Amino acid sequence: MRDSEDQTRPPRKRERCGQGGRSGQGITPLKVIYTGLILSGILIIIILISLSLGPAKVSLKDVLKWIAGYELVDQTAWMILFKIRLPRIFLAGLVGFTLSLGGVVFQALLRNPLAEPFILGVSSGAAVGAIIGIVFGLGFNLGVPLLSFMGALFTILLVMGIGSRHGGLESSTLILTGVIVNAFFTAVIMFFIATTSDSRLHSILFWLYGDLSQSRYVQLSISLPPILIVSCIIYFFSHHLNLIVGGEESALQMGVEVELLKWISFLGISLMTGIVVSFSGIIGFVGLIVPHLMRMFLGPDHRLLIPASAIGGAVFLIAADTLARTILAPSELPVGVITAFLGAPFFIWLLRQRGSQWTQS
Amino acid sequence: MDSELILKGVYFRYNSQWCLEGIDFELKRGEIVGMIGPNGSGKSTLLKIMDGLVKIQRGEILLLNRPLSNYKRGDIARQIAMVPQESTFRFPFSVFEVVLMGRFPHLGPFPFEGKEDEEIARQSMQLTGTLDLATRSIHELSGGEKQRVLIARALTQKAQIILLDEPTSFLDLRHKVEIFELISSLTRTQGLSVIIVSHDISLAAQYCQRMLLLNKGSVYKMGEPAEVITADIISTVYQCPVLVDKNPISKTPRVTVLSKGRVRHFHNSKK
Repeated sequence: MRDSEDQTRPPRKRERCGQGGRSGQGITPLKVIYTGLILSGILIIIILISLSLGPAKVSLKDVLKWIAGYELVDQTAWMILFKIRLPRIFLAGLVGFTLSLGGVVFQALLRNPLAEPFILGVSSGAAVGAIIGIVFGLGFNLGVPLLSFMGALFTILLVMGIGSRHGGLESSTLILTGVIVNAFFTAVIMFFIATTSDSRLHSILFWLYGDLSQSRYVQLSISLPPILIVSCIIYFFSHHLNLIVGGEESALQMGVEVELLKWISFLGISLMTGIVVSFSGIIGFVGLIVPHLMRMFLGPDHRLLIPASAIGGAVFLIAADTLARTILAPSELPVGVITAFLGAPFFIWLLRQRGSQWTQS
Repeated sequence: MDSELILKGVYFRYNSQWCLEGIDFELKRGEIVGMIGPNGSGKSTLLKIMDGLVKIQRGEILLLNRPLSNYKRGDIARQIAMVPQESTFRFPFSVFEVVLMGRFPHLGPFPFEGKEDEEIARQSMQLTGTLDLATRSIHELSGGEKQRVLIARALTQKAQIILLDEPTSFLDLRHKVEIFELISSLTRTQGLSVIIVSHDISLAAQYCQRMLLLNKGSVYKMGEPAEVITADIISTVYQCPVLVDKNPISKTPRVTVLSKGRVRHFHNSKK
């Protein structure tokens, strides 16, 4: 009896391991496409739901009719959908896409699961750049995003410079540096707000916490091309990021141009984050929550994780913004408040869950 | 033609300090060379130089009779694989995914592995006895299992030369022996050439055909284990009194470190 039991045990164990599923085989292009399609489907559904929600009642049926090409009788409903809700949804999607992508790439390059544009202070740096642009009266179409990009790039170089001074980019050092940089930039922002006497004060404050209510199509047309180009370039290097996660030395050994890739990515992510922050303000934690959730479901391979996080980020931020504009209707919350309400506890949970495992080097 | 890697008069300088001076060395096909030497004697640097990761100031390195400097990084990676001392994956890649990463130098611009690549990865896992771990997360493995996985990744790279930088330093006795056994069987069955850095001199002497003893950036002694590992040489280089005798079973040299009190006793009893 005992013998037969012993014989059955090992195969059973192996069987259980085999059911791990995702990890038993490599990532295929087909798998990436399937995942992308499923997430895109969810994205479309969330866009439709978001379109139909708001102070003015437009039912989901009306929305579908409108998309199918039937002219709505109600001109105001058409105005609300097309001129107010849709650009806002698109911009929310683009911002979520960008911040989430930025999170994944920072986490891989810095080999640090807690890295994210907001936590590292990159978003604040971009905001300082944008505010300087606003105060000096530069245009929102070119001048402000440009300064914002420079602010983001300056910050990431600063954080890297300070954080890597003492033996590599260790988790706690990097996060601490981000906290300090954040505090400093907040002071700079407060200085600018205190010294600006005019009516722009309120809009700056609201914008600071992540505000998508001023969305226009023109912002989309400015931000979409660079963001798409940078995303494609980054996706091209997605497998390189996998190797970097396994150690820079081995990545270098196998032919990954680590330094070049870092520069390309930091420039690209700074550009994207800068543009996005100049339009939407500081929206934190998106790049933390979404990539971690995706990693839990899909595994850590960046060839799958990058597109999944990017689309997932869009879904997440559209949902968060819909909540922000409907939860206290008729008044609105900045969407950054919603993401922080969700993100801060999530961050603490992550720290508690795996803190010790992540700080060992 | 059976020289895989040749170093001729290699000098390397970091800032103004010479780290390596006049290294001559030849790695033959199918041999295991043990690299030993005190801390800071330049072992890791020499491994990096052999792998072309660090540019030398003087001298010449030939990989398969062609200057190493003429190779592209990817070409080197198809000939030489490196197993690091330790590797920390920050995210829970599965063992199979990690081993499959060894195919990176063989992938074109299209960054996905095919069936063939997966087959090679599976073979490497078979050879290293890690196939059962395939779906486990790299985080769950013990030190010994992890080293075997990293060796599997190096095999998946399909390189002829494998460089190991202190692969056994964090392992207990049994796992140390297992790693050496694995390497020695791989050189026999796969015809690989191996350079292994180790601080366990007696153990390395049992498995290596030749030993390379580095001291202060130059080769102090090179040759068969019995020539390199003598009480004189080891105690001079490591500045520590040692007793060297023969392992009664393998007949290879065995190093015993003597504590200060015992040295006096030992010398007295000789008188």
